Amino acid sequence: MLTIDHVTKTFFPGTVNERVALNDVSLHLDEGDFVTVIGSNGAGKSTLLNIIAGKIAVDSGELLIDERSVKRMKDYQRAAYIGRVFQDPMAGTAPDLTIEQNLALALRRGQRRGFHLGVTPARRERFKKELLALELGLEQRLKARVGLLSGGQRQALSLLMASFTQPRILLLDEHTAALDPQRADLVTRLTKSVVERDKLTTLMVTHNMEQALRVGNRLIMMHEGRIILDLPEEEKQKMTVAGLLAEFAKIKGAALDDRAMLG
Amino acid sequence: MNAALELGLLYGIMALGVYLTFRVLNFPDLTVDGSFTTGAAVAASLIVQGVPAPVATLAGAASGAVAGIVTGVLYTKGRIDGLLAGILTMIALWSINLRIMGKSNLPLLREDTVMTPLRDNGLLGGPWSILIFAIFALVLKFAIDWFLSTDLGLSIQATGNNEQMIRSFGVNTHFTTILTLAISNALVALCGALVAQYQGFADVSMGIGLILVGLASVIIGQAIIAGRSVWVATLAVLVGAIVYRLVIFLALAAGLNPNDMKLISAVLVVAALLLPRWGFLKRVPSFRQLNRRAVRA
Ligand SMILES: Nc1ncnc2c1ncn2[C@@H]1O[C@H](COP(=O)(O)OP(=O)(O)OP(=O)(O)O)[C@@H](O)[C@H]1O
Ligand SMILES: [Mg+2]
Repeated sequence: MLTIDHVTKTFFPGTVNERVALNDVSLHLDEGDFVTVIGSNGAGKSTLLNIIAGKIAVDSGELLIDERSVKRMKDYQRAAYIGRVFQDPMAGTAPDLTIEQNLALALRRGQRRGFHLGVTPARRERFKKELLALELGLEQRLKARVGLLSGGQRQALSLLMASFTQPRILLLDEHTAALDPQRADLVTRLTKSVVERDKLTTLMVTHNMEQALRVGNRLIMMHEGRIILDLPEEEKQKMTVAGLLAEFAKIKGAALDDRAMLG
Repeated sequence: MNAALELGLLYGIMALGVYLTFRVLNFPDLTVDGSFTTGAAVAASLIVQGVPAPVATLAGAASGAVAGIVTGVLYTKGRIDGLLAGILTMIALWSINLRIMGKSNLPLLREDTVMTPLRDNGLLGGPWSILIFAIFALVLKFAIDWFLSTDLGLSIQATGNNEQMIRSFGVNTHFTTILTLAISNALVALCGALVAQYQGFADVSMGIGLILVGLASVIIGQAIIAGRSVWVATLAVLVGAIVYRLVIFLALAAGLNPNDMKLISAVLVVAALLLPRWGFLKRVPSFRQLNRRAVRA
């Protein structure tokens, strides 16, 4: 489904600012995998997602979606297969357009956009049904500008827009991090139900280990541009936050030891 | 007074173009000063060569679209700052416009233009010609309203509103940007072609400072008619263009001379940008946006 094969990405190579964000990363996702991604700041999680989405070009390695190389496709071309929700609730919607206009934009993901009216009565019905599932009452505010919504509402809408056309892959980058705990909880629940309903293949970055354990069927941990831990479903179910922290400390320690030895 | 209304409606077409770039696309396009004259120059020189006036007018509009495409390509593919890209095209068009016309002023007084039927029947300056101009401007307004509500039009609005977001839904924002600049400058050039035929000549300097007229129209209109939806905004732009002409008309009647008009335009725009910061207009959303734009630029 999604294959990342020996991908490396270095920012500012050959300068004092050189920064290896991804170091020979390989990852394969099967259809319907829901993978949570954790790791310290600067571990390369966002870079990994940006590389999949085509925001950032890889230095080397291969990138396949459904066995087809997408390495040379532009971000807006890959968008046909990839839905995204960003950390910033403002990033995923157009604030000056209405809720129904935003949904109309999302509806045409990856399709030609021509002279059909964006919002038709039939489409409006569909939007209402989709919004109903959010249980935020937004189905009654179709003509409200999205800029008027709260951060949590906007993020829920972003999630809906990113997912309701059932993209091949859903990328979530700390999409609950900017919300207060209550709303974060709401969006997490929505994420779970959306992903499970349509069996979307999903990569979800989070700093919340508890959340990372609670959702998804697989967990990976990144550190300094590498995937250092990859827990399949059964092991993930047995894992605890304390266990993850211990694992992290162990691997970090080992990395330090390596470096000490090399030095 | 009637002439002011006619001019207001004619220049309203240009103001609609400026609205598309400044407000919808959020792009400060200065190509306008050049493409207005290009539209006039192309139409006038074709008419002089015997091409039917409606065809010449459309050709003028098309030439504006080309100018817009050039600015768009410089900005997207060339990654040149938007303001600079527009200025580059505008300056280059000065020379091109002179080439098209062959001299700096091209009279059309004895030619058959789209205004000839109105003029021959003595309608210019009267209620009928105002009505005809109004219908023409409104048809364009409704066409823009409709276009912006289509799938393609919505993706243009989103490009101006949140470019990263709309790319993540599969829109090539380079394309939407270039397309909008093309449409905008086609409207501006169409306006130039019509104004040349209305006043009976094309002149190489007729577009100088025009962007301020467009901006003033957009700003005045939105101060009078607030509202965010597209169809309200385009109506406001037309009203703004007419009010602007009336202000100019009154200024002339009060004894100022035509050369003072650029100064008045600039003062109008500055006032419209500064007043909201002093309080009482702060709530008008369009002002806030233009202010941000102005402060950034
Ligand atoms: N666009 C960029 N230009 C330059 N350096 C970058 C860029 N994006 C990321 N980096 C660098 O690459 C490294 C990995 O960053 P990345 O954003 O992928 O980390 P992350 O795991 O998402 O961290 P966080 O948890 O803080 O979001 C960091 O050192 C970062 O400074
Ligand atoms: Mg990150």
